[in-house]
Parts: sequence; structure tokens; C-alpha cells
Amino acid sequence: MSFTAVPAVRGSERPLGARGLLAGACVALALAVLLSLSVGATGVSLAALPRVLSALITGAGDPATAREQLVLLEIRLPRLLLGAFVGAALALSGAMMQGMFRNPLADPGLIGVSSGAVLAAVATIAASNGLALPLVQALGPYLLPLAAFGGGVIATVVLVAVAARHGELAVGTLLLAGVALAALASSLTGLIAYASDDRELRDLTLWMLGSLSGASWPKALALAPFALGLALAVPRLVRGLNGLVLGEAEAFHLGIDVDRMKRVVIVATAAATGAAVAVSGIVGFVGIIVPHLVRLLAGPDHRVVLPGSALLGAALVLSADVLARMLVRPAELPLGVVTALLGAPLFLHLVRRWVGSV
Amino acid sequence: MCSLRLAISLAGALVAAIASPVPLSAEVTVVDAGGRSVRVADASRILCIGGDVTEIAYALGAGNRIVAVDTTSQYPPEALKEKLSVGYMRALSSEGVISVGASLVLASERAGPPEVVKTLKASSVPYIEVPDAFSPEGLVQKIRLIARATGTEAEGDRIAQDATAGFAALAALRSKIAHPVRALFVLGVQNGRILVGGKNTSADAVLTLAGAHNVAAGASGFRPVGDEAVVEMAPEVIVGMRRTSDNDAHDLSQLLALKGVQSTPAGAASRVVLMDGAYLLGFGPRVPSAARDLMRALYPGLDAAGAQR
Repeated sequence: MSFTAVPAVRGSERPLGARGLLAGACVALALAVLLSLSVGATGVSLAALPRVLSALITGAGDPATAREQLVLLEIRLPRLLLGAFVGAALALSGAMMQGMFRNPLADPGLIGVSSGAVLAAVATIAASNGLALPLVQALGPYLLPLAAFGGGVIATVVLVAVAARHGELAVGTLLLAGVALAALASSLTGLIAYASDDRELRDLTLWMLGSLSGASWPKALALAPFALGLALAVPRLVRGLNGLVLGEAEAFHLGIDVDRMKRVVIVATAAATGAAVAVSGIVGFVGIIVPHLVRLLAGPDHRVVLPGSALLGAALVLSADVLARMLVRPAELPLGVVTALLGAPLFLHLVRRWVGSV
Repeated sequence: MCSLRLAISLAGALVAAIASPVPLSAEVTVVDAGGRSVRVADASRILCIGGDVTEIAYALGAGNRIVAVDTTSQYPPEALKEKLSVGYMRALSSEGVISVGASLVLASERAGPPEVVKTLKASSVPYIEVPDAFSPEGLVQKIRLIARATGTEAEGDRIAQDATAGFAALAALRSKIAHPVRALFVLGVQNGRILVGGKNTSADAVLTLAGAHNVAAGASGFRPVGDEAVVEMAPEVIVGMRRTSDNDAHDLSQLLALKGVQSTPAGAASRVVLMDGAYLLGFGPRVPSAARDLMRALYPGLDAAGAQR
């Protein structure tokens, strides 16, 4: 990664410097990873890991070790990877959108990217026993992420086609068109929900509440290309997003190809949001809370905001998931409910502070 | 990874087979709804997922061996009070299910999400899928499968025979019905719309068993319908779920307050039959008796003279 820690733009006003924030976020993520691996409804702890690994290598093991192996390697580890990806992807999408729109309230949900992804995923789920069956058999776990990504991209392409004038993307028009597009996609999702029977409807409702309980290795591996793509694309956006803080014309005069950068942001956001939606359903408030927290603590420099958001987003979702699976064990709470329960009050607090500072 | 795990479990099974003091006679192999052959060595700690599965396991006398159930296990009422709950059957958690320490998982085909079911099937604890069919044959099949897996086959034979006899008696009574009554099953009222039971629901199956004509059979599943559609269906009787008997008056007034319902023959005559939901829709061993009770309510004169209404 080409991220380097540098002092924040107005470091003295921030509780943490850039280094402080990134170090803190790394520690938080490491703790969340440990917690997520060692806590669960079964009493299996990380202490079993050496035993499990040696059984894996030597090929000998008793039934108790086989159970520990199932819990640690087949249940918790893919779930950890999924949770970290979802948290990082959602927080990054939020940070990129807020940077591009220069609007602190921007979020993939705002401009219809999430709604497009959700519509595609819901349509795929609803059709998975009928029309889409050959696709389900051919693509397996890749189908849903691809469909949701496709939905996000289609929504974005329509958006750009509507909002672009003479090859330029005006942010105001983009926002307005995005809101309308989100409404359209949501109404189509509602139409599918209406056409579903009682059981499908319950499945859709549960899916929309968000959960990582369906985590598996094929799903985690299906995310790898998306994670790789983001890791390659995001560092290249730092300079452009920082230039854009000054304004579009100013960024242009700094030698930044603003329209090209916007397209990269849009595709990266569609990919990140689509893949996250596909594996976890709707997990709210991560995309809006985490980048704000990072900016509050370490300033608006995207060299800090982007990696900091990814790290903290992953830590937040992993911690929320630990709560989701521990609070009512052996059953589970929907993850989206937990993140919104934690995130919404914090967000209200942030809004209050923001209003106070204007 | 997969083949490695297979090797480990094979090695484990080999060790267990050589060293295990468990008598071989206690072991059974059953073929479940998914067509998998599942070996059950120990049925002493059972997890039941699905209201019908739990009800059948209790009826077979295996209730004291059940360690956990899901939230759809409404009957017998003690199931959810005394046993651990693994949550809603379509939103299971792999680790949550494993943590209850069951030695046998009996789960309805409806259980989900699919990834969790896949993980559970891969675990060393036998996972048996119970078919989800709303037919007399389906019920008998469920009873026999669960009986075999839990080692209560004698009990299972008795209950399956009772059920078969109950269904035969119902069929005999149905043959006396010259004009099936037009019935509509209403699951609930929401915002002035009613949720009705179409085909492929246990409500449709029970209405049919009770000798009624389901006027909502044009739809599939439980569907919300508006006033006009209800008028068009023209039910002569409405069958609903009783929550508690205290609520009957309120539920009835809410239902009969709907314009669409008022204009139907059932609404005009205030002909509504309320029955316990788990009893009527559970599709466990009590379904012949539930259908019999419903038939009695639909055709009051049928028993005595064989005459209609």
C-alpha cells in the first residue's frame, strides 16, 4: 500500500494526529479480530488453535478437535473475513462518496448505488428457484455479489447518463438524480417483496436486516477479487480527493482529471457496496459514522481518512457482529440492527456537534 | 481443505469404530428428505428445528431427550419454555446450533439460511432433513423418519397408524359432502387488508382435508388481498386463527368491519370459525383431529345423519 502517515492538515485541533489515528485503528482492528475469533456461542476459544492446526497438519484428531476445527476454521474465520471486508468496504464507500460530493452526509445509499445493488440482489434471491436457477448452478456463491455489483454499476451508469452534461458531472444534479434513482430502485424492490409469498417475504426481511451468519469459505473467496480491486484503486484516489476539497475548478488546475477520478470513485463504490450488500444484506450507518469519526479525530486529509475508515469500519462491524451473535445466543440478532443501534445515537451526537459548530 | 477434513473425519470415525464402547445395535442409518444417508449413533440429545418436527418428537415420547428447539416450536407449549431456543428456523446461526451440544439434529427442510444448513451438514453431528409436505402421506413419512432416527419405531408405528386411520375417517366423511362449502382462511388483518392462505400452505391442506373448497387456491402461499378480491372469492365461511379466547370478540369485529368481508356470504351471516393456530396449521400428528374439528364446525350435521348442513 502506498498510504503513508503524515501530520493532519490542522493537526493541532484534532485529538489524535494521523499517526495516532492509524495506530489506534490498527489496535482496534487487531482487538476486534482476536475477539471475533475467540468468542462465540460454543465455548471454543483461541487456546484451541494450536491443537486444531496440529490436527490439520498431522491429519490425526479426536472428535472434540474436529468440532473445534469446524468452529474456528469453517465458521469463525470466514465470518471474520466477511465482516472485515463488509466493514472496510462500507466505510471506504462512505469516505469516497463524502470526498467526491464534498458533502458530509453523502453515502452510497444517498445516490442510489445501494438501492440498485439491493434491487439486483433481491431480484436474484426471488428468482433463484425459477428463472435464475441455471445461473445459480453455474455461478454458485459468485452470483449474488456479481448481481449486486451489476445492480450498483447499472444504477451508477444510469445516474451518470442522466446527470452528465457535456461530459461533466455536476455534483448537485448527481445528488438529485441519485435520490430519484434510489426511490425508483426501492419501489421496484417493494414490488418484488409484494409479489413474494409469506416465507419469501420473511427471508427478504431478514436479509435486509443484515447478517454475517451465512459466512462460508466460498463466499469469502468470492470477495477476494473485489477486495484486491479496491486495494489497488483506492490509494490512487487520495491525491484527487484531497485536491477536490478545494473545489472542482481548483482541482482541475492542480492537474487532476476530475471526471476520470469521479468515474473511478463511482465504480469503486459500486463494487464495494455491491459486494458488501451481497454477502451481508443491509448493514446500516457504517458508511456514514466511520469516516466522520476519522475526520473528527484526525482531520480531513484523505491519506488518513481512507485507510483509517477502512480499518475502523472493519473493527466496528466485527465488534458489532460479536454482539449480534452473543447477546441472544444460541440464536442471533440481525447485524444491521446492532450497527444501527450503536451507530444512530452516535450519529445524532455528531449532527448536534456539527450544527453547533456552524 | 475439504479433502483434509474428510481424511480427518474418516480417521476419527475409524478410531471411534475401533475404540467406541457404544453397542452397534443402537446405530441406525436413515435416508433423509434430501436423499442423504445419515448415520445416527446417539439420539440422547436432540435439537428440533420446525414446529412439526418438535411436535412429532414429543408425540413419540422423545421430549425428555430434546435439548433445544426453534421459535416455531409452539406445541407442546413447554417446548419453548423448558428448552434452549436457537431462534427463528430461517435465521439459524451455525455456531449457535453447534453450541447446544446436540448429538442429533432433526430439522425441517424449511430451515435456513442455506449456508448455515450446509455447514451443519458438514459437521460431525448427524443432521437429518425432515420433509415439508402438506399431505397425509407426507405426515406419515415425517413420523416414520423421526421415529427411526430417535429409536422410537414402535411408538412411531402406532402414531402413524392413528394418523392414517384419522385420514381414512376424514376421507369417508368427505365422501358424504355433496356441496363443499366455499371457505377462506385468514391468517390476519393488517391495515384493512387480509392475509389469506392460498395453495401450497398448510391452511389449504387442512381446508381440503376438512372437505372445504379453498376459494383462495388461485394464489400461492399466504397473500395479502384487498376488499374487491375478497368479494370476488365469495366465501361462505371464514376460517381464522384464535390467538387467545379473550381476543375472539375483538378479532371478529375487526374482520367483520372490513367492507369486502361484509359483502361476502360469510360476512353477511357472520360465519367465522376461529381455531388455535398451532393446532390447525402445525401439520403434526394432530392434523387429522384438527381437520376433523374444522369439518365439524363447517358441517354441523354431518356426523349424525350423514346429511349436509
